[in-house]
Amino acid sequence: MRELINTPLVHVFLTLGVFILSKKMQIKYKSPLLNPILITIIVVICFLLLADIPYEDYERDTQVISFWLAPSVIALGYALYSFLEEIKADFMRIIASMVAGSLTGILSVFMTAYLFGASKATMISLAPKSVTTPIAIEVSKQMGGIPSLTVAFVIVVGVLGAIFGQTYLRLIGVKDPKSVGLSLGATAHALGTASISERGPDFSAFGGLGMALNGVLTAILAPWVIKLMLFLLY
Amino acid sequence: MVLIKQIAIFLGFWLLGNLISYITKLPLSGSIIGMLLLVAALELKLIKTRDIKDVANFLLNNMAMFFIPAGVGLMCHYQVLKQEWMSISVAIVVSALLVLTVVGLIMKKRM
Repeated sequence: MRELINTPLVHVFLTLGVFILSKKMQIKYKSPLLNPILITIIVVICFLLLADIPYEDYERDTQVISFWLAPSVIALGYALYSFLEEIKADFMRIIASMVAGSLTGILSVFMTAYLFGASKATMISLAPKSVTTPIAIEVSKQMGGIPSLTVAFVIVVGVLGAIFGQTYLRLIGVKDPKSVGLSLGATAHALGTASISERGPDFSAFGGLGMALNGVLTAILAPWVIKLMLFLLY
Repeated sequence: MVLIKQIAIFLGFWLLGNLISYITKLPLSGSIIGMLLLVAALELKLIKTRDIKDVANFLLNNMAMFFIPAGVGLMCHYQVLKQEWMSISVAIVVSALLVLTVVGLIMKKRM
């Protein structure tokens, strides 16, 4: 029985199957809490624990899936390219807000975690929390964080941003599509963007732009900022 | 054949990115360098969007799927979450609010 369960076929099929079902569920109930990624991760972990399969086996068997993570980061370049005209039209303001947002995101989460006594690995894993997961994983891995923790943090930020982001922005008087899209995309990546998509295509386009730009800037800036902060603090 | 060619282009950018990351010792991963190279190549018209469009859209639309195996690795690290959940939660909420504020207010300001 064990040799039947602990195979690449079962691990890959389980991952795809649960993901498809949870995606269907989210479409039906439309709640940001029913995040398909989160649900799939939890269901797969439960399965592995019940079947007594070590993570190393699952990790090795699903390389056919995770292999595509890096190519999908490269594909983000294609997404960014499709926004180049919009960026050029309002270059200074967009770049200023995105650089400031990216640095704020990295530094504030890093420092707050430090002040509240988090470990070094946790701080590094938190640093890229506002960007889209494939980029966050790359940064975390590269700088000595724990990629799987980073995945969890990114999803939590995304869900929180999707639930509370719009209300908060309204409170501080940010209402136009460009500002709302860029700030939610930069804070809560694809989940933040999805939460404003029903307000119109311009909201989601700028959400996508905020997510792409913050992802690229954080990928470039975070390693240097993390190095500098670790040097200053330890 | 079309898809295979497009996949090969993506793998080529990845490989090139890895090579540059290795030679320059930059703290950037190969895939991130590959992404920047792709933007440059598209802007300089070295490659056309139709040479990569189908695979690019497939990858972008299914991104969530690809990091599930990494996320499942959480099962090896629940100790960290148990011990540090306080600092983690505070840091996440504070930082998310700050980013929203900074980006929102800079964009709102007339220039």
